[in-house]
Amino acid sequence: MLQNQNAFQSSTREPVLAVEDLVVRFATARGAVHAVDGVSLALAAGETLGLVGESGCGKSTLGRAILRLIEPSQGHIRLDGTDVTHHSRSALRATRRKVQMVFQDPFASLDPRWTVGELIAEPLHIHGIGTRAARKAKVADILAKVGLPPEAARRYPHQFSGGQRQRIGIARALVLDPEVVVLDEPVSALDVSVQAQILNLLVDLQETLGVAFLFISHDLSVVEYVSDRVAVMYLGRMVEIADRETLFAAPAHPYTRALLDAVPQIGGDGAPRRPPLAGDLPSPYAPPPGCRFHTRCPTAQARCGSDIPVLRTLTGGHQVACHFPLATVPETA
Amino acid sequence: MSLITLAAPTPHAAPRSGFLWRLLRRPSGVVGLLLLAAIIAVAASAPLLYPDDPLDMVAQPFLWPGQDAAYPLGTDMMGRDIASGIFHGARVSLLIGAVAASVSLLIGTATGALAGYYGGRTDAALMRVTELFQTIPPFLFALAIVAILQPSIPTITLAIGITAWPSLARLVRAEVLKLRNGELVQASIALGAGDLRIIVLHILPNTLAPIIVSASILVASAILTESSLAFLGLGDPNVVSWGGMVGAGREVLRTDWYIATLPGLAIVVAVLALNLLGDGLNDALDPKGERRA
Repeated sequence: MLQNQNAFQSSTREPVLAVEDLVVRFATARGAVHAVDGVSLALAAGETLGLVGESGCGKSTLGRAILRLIEPSQGHIRLDGTDVTHHSRSALRATRRKVQMVFQDPFASLDPRWTVGELIAEPLHIHGIGTRAARKAKVADILAKVGLPPEAARRYPHQFSGGQRQRIGIARALVLDPEVVVLDEPVSALDVSVQAQILNLLVDLQETLGVAFLFISHDLSVVEYVSDRVAVMYLGRMVEIADRETLFAAPAHPYTRALLDAVPQIGGDGAPRRPPLAGDLPSPYAPPPGCRFHTRCPTAQARCGSDIPVLRTLTGGHQVACHFPLATVPETA
Repeated sequence: MSLITLAAPTPHAAPRSGFLWRLLRRPSGVVGLLLLAAIIAVAASAPLLYPDDPLDMVAQPFLWPGQDAAYPLGTDMMGRDIASGIFHGARVSLLIGAVAASVSLLIGTATGALAGYYGGRTDAALMRVTELFQTIPPFLFALAIVAILQPSIPTITLAIGITAWPSLARLVRAEVLKLRNGELVQASIALGAGDLRIIVLHILPNTLAPIIVSASILVASAILTESSLAFLGLGDPNVVSWGGMVGAGREVLRTDWYIATLPGLAIVVAVLALNLLGDGLNDALDPKGERRA
């Protein structure tokens, strides 16, 4: 709860989505895996929270758990203050209007046998919104908003390029006027030139519609471009949350700094400023005790191997889960 | 400026409109379709060309084909017209084949879809039932059912229908499993779609290709099973059946082989037609073939 209040303070706006101590456990043949292990975050109306981490850190699982596509094992998900964690399927239908998702692969998430118009109208059908004519008008309206011509409604997904298909996926997610959209690696499958178009579209849509985005990505430059705040995950735990400027200029967690160091610098001599992280991501079946990052941390001390660091507030909305956070004054590179 | 017109997506025909054309481009599709059309024409014309009961004794027995122009395919040892028997037998075979395959299709698709979609205990329970059916040889199972229930067209159809579905259930289950955890279904759930909507509108249409292909094979095997039952004397005694004709003719196979061979050929043609059609459908429904075409 304390963490959540801190998140409240970090933003003057009311959170539309609050995740509290969420745990997602998978039972596998090799034992239980805590894909998400006690994560809390809050998302204010109209803001974009970037969620970054290596593949396998649980960021996609967290996104899917928020939509209850994966059932959380513990913790709470609050939407506009209402706990939806244990809503029955019928109650969930109503809340699903408020939280939507954009998937990584727009080809896999769009039924190839349906026209684009049918696909975008489907959410309206499901929720019984509008008459046939009203739905048609709504589809045309949303197509225009995502930058597709009205004729697109009569075509099939395979007749579009990857970027256009992602526009269709975005239109489908936005047609219900949701308050929150979880974007799971929405541009990772696209060409770099198309990525920029989609990111600009998302930024524009957020301005006009006031929708909040949880933007999941492994690409730091993409996250930096779209996010108001950025959250960093490592092995199922949140390690740092901060404003975009703070996080990129003065990371407090050694893992965040290592991630930022790993981004190639243009104009530098090509040599890394610090040695890169040693070793691989530890097995999620047997995560290290204490701080999960201590096995690879360049500044780890004895207590990091035994005590679990809790997320605590440094200044403003800057939170970090580290016993020995880095100096938060911007470094002179 | 021409760049802009090029960049705009060009209108295409719906992807389904070319399906029949794609089917007709394959030799197996054309031959299968033509043979099946011929059998349907034979079945449809039977009451017009041979209005009398094909089980009536109409001429002297053991007339060889061509011996009497009035009986082009000859008569059997009871003096029944073989051509009339084949024409009327086509009706029985097609009827039993189609209805039994529909029963199998219904049970198999529903079982496979529910097992694959819900997984867990539902899957385990449904698959145990499927395995139970699979451990019994389908023909012996059908034989037992017909023997207990008395042979008639409805009981034979039912017996074939409820013994032939397990392989289809497994096929549908595998296809549904592939889609179940994919983004297509995840996206639909996220939109708030109910299970029935997802299964009927999104999953089944995308597993249609293997279902249609197995449907044609199911019809073929149902015809074959019915013929086998009739051959063993477990056909409906009141209607003529190709298998029954073969069974009756086997006693005189050494001397008057045509009596068993002609209806046997009819069975071969019908089963071949449906298998070729299934083969052609398989190619025509394959999305990779679509790109090649």
